[in-house]
Amino acid sequence: MAGKSQPIQAEHIVVHSKAGQLQLMLLTLIAVALLLAPQFLYPIFVMKLLAFGLFAAAFNLLLGFTGLLSFGHATFFGGAAYFTAHAVKVWGWSPEAGISLGVAGAAGLGLVMGAIAIRRQGIYFAMITLALSQMFFFFCLQANFTHGEDGIQSVPRGQLFGVFDLSDTMTMYYFVLAIFVLGLLIVWRFVNSPFGMILKSIRENEQRAISLGYSVSRYKLGAFVMSAALTGLAGSVKALIFQFATLTDVTWQMSGEVILMTLLGGIGTLAGPVVGAGLVVTLQNYLATSDFPVTIITGVVFMICVLVFRRGLVGELSASKLGRKLGFRSES
Amino acid sequence: MTMIFGIPVVVLMGQLLVGLINGSFYALLSLGLAVIFGLLRVINFAHGALYMLGAFTALLLLTVGGVNYWLALILSPLIVGMFGAVIERTMLSRLYKLDHLYGLLFTFGLALAIEGTFRYFYGASGMPYAAPGALSGAVDLGFMLLPVYRGWVVIVSLIVCLGVWLLIEKTKFGAYLRAATENPVLVQSFGVNVPLLLTLTYALGSGLAAFAGVLAAPVYQVNPLMGSNLIIIVFAVVVVGGMGSILGAIVTGYMLGVVEGFTKVFYPEASNTVIFVIMTIVLILRPAGLFGKDV
Repeated sequence: MAGKSQPIQAEHIVVHSKAGQLQLMLLTLIAVALLLAPQFLYPIFVMKLLAFGLFAAAFNLLLGFTGLLSFGHATFFGGAAYFTAHAVKVWGWSPEAGISLGVAGAAGLGLVMGAIAIRRQGIYFAMITLALSQMFFFFCLQANFTHGEDGIQSVPRGQLFGVFDLSDTMTMYYFVLAIFVLGLLIVWRFVNSPFGMILKSIRENEQRAISLGYSVSRYKLGAFVMSAALTGLAGSVKALIFQFATLTDVTWQMSGEVILMTLLGGIGTLAGPVVGAGLVVTLQNYLATSDFPVTIITGVVFMICVLVFRRGLVGELSASKLGRKLGFRSES
Repeated sequence: MTMIFGIPVVVLMGQLLVGLINGSFYALLSLGLAVIFGLLRVINFAHGALYMLGAFTALLLLTVGGVNYWLALILSPLIVGMFGAVIERTMLSRLYKLDHLYGLLFTFGLALAIEGTFRYFYGASGMPYAAPGALSGAVDLGFMLLPVYRGWVVIVSLIVCLGVWLLIEKTKFGAYLRAATENPVLVQSFGVNVPLLLTLTYALGSGLAAFAGVLAAPVYQVNPLMGSNLIIIVFAVVVVGGMGSILGAIVTGYMLGVVEGFTKVFYPEASNTVIFVIMTIVLILRPAGLFGKDV
């Protein structure tokens, strides 16, 4: 039996890596465009896009590839922002050390939240992550180091490895871009690893994965911590870009926003969340100057996505004729 | 002055009352959530927005139409219930065949849209809504002064909770509801109009949320964000009670309200989080919730 299933499995992997290569090529193209982007666009804005793109991609690692909807990812995003901002500003840490602390802190929070939440599935899982995240919100509201409603302000960007001065906008931009590309590569590598395959099998049929002998909870927890750590990376970088960390980043509305980004771009696709994040951030930036409230638009876009557009932009493209020609595979 | 654990009895009783009042709202809202979840398998994220809508409808009925509190207490749930029925019929019903998570995401978007709209027109500041004359003032209970309106809130919410529980457990409508939760196809084949049943259920849940909103209007101020501040706590209540359990929702609602009230006396810093702490402990010990059946 084992010998018989071998070629099928091998073929499967070949197809995946081929499509993966095409997607990687596309990502490289985007990266080149991003290298030149600050010449044409406001650099802080592009950095914001990158940070939220990474956030959404990290979130999708869980929702798209493991099938777990977390409603508490703001905890890792905002939490890491607080850790980094505090370490850099109050303790005078270097930016790379501050970011490491943010990532480690987010991974730690992810371990705790994940360990409690993976005991339940589906809607229950979402509710538990939401409630735990709210607990963390109140902690941040009352803890001393977060400075409550004011947040941690004027965080210095510092010298990266003691060499690169990040207070220079363009240096900061290329640093953020490097982290973004690194983050997406990690996601891509992770999704296409044996570990990622097992996660997908859990998403498709958890009972079967259990009967195949995988200890499903461990894999789920692993994916949760991984997603939390990468989300933390995005949050830490965000704190350095804007030089502050505030309560907004730990609210449940922020958790909702990242779900919208992922849904709009395409759940379970690699590029989707980044595209979705780009759209949402651009929309918010555009609407910020008008007096029309962003929440109405966000809410309506959410409803439309769920009702008629569940595959998202990239998902719809992959499923279309053009998408198939380009070698996309539709995933979710 | 009489003291318990070094705290004056008056203070303790005051917090017990505050806890019971908050608990009344928790119970009414989590009851609606449990009813909707039980049959539709939808976590109604818009529940807080519907609660806010109920309070605003009462306020608008008063300022625009001159409708008094008592009539608003009946009209507002009817109006919001009808709104809920329209939403369910036109949009929510398309999602039942999909993963249940889409229902949660849809109602989340709905909540954002409703709250955003009201915030656009009314800002984020609260507007007062006076308690009716017959319920103003306070009575002296000997150990504390009880504001009449607050006593009324506790009593009427208890009655409504009991009523809904009886409706679901003891009537034919309730029997259909419970049967449809177990096996909608079978119930449909007996000639029961299940889609109508689902619409009525969502309308009932929405109406309950609006009722709580009207009750809350004189206690808290009417504010576009009043629902979103409350909804997460109510979710925690539902998780602790056991999702879909009607009795669990009611009992846990009052219980957690009182616990929260007492926490405010003994350890104020934790009063915001005590419900989530309890939720975490309950989930570790009993993942299905206090009254829930294991899934």
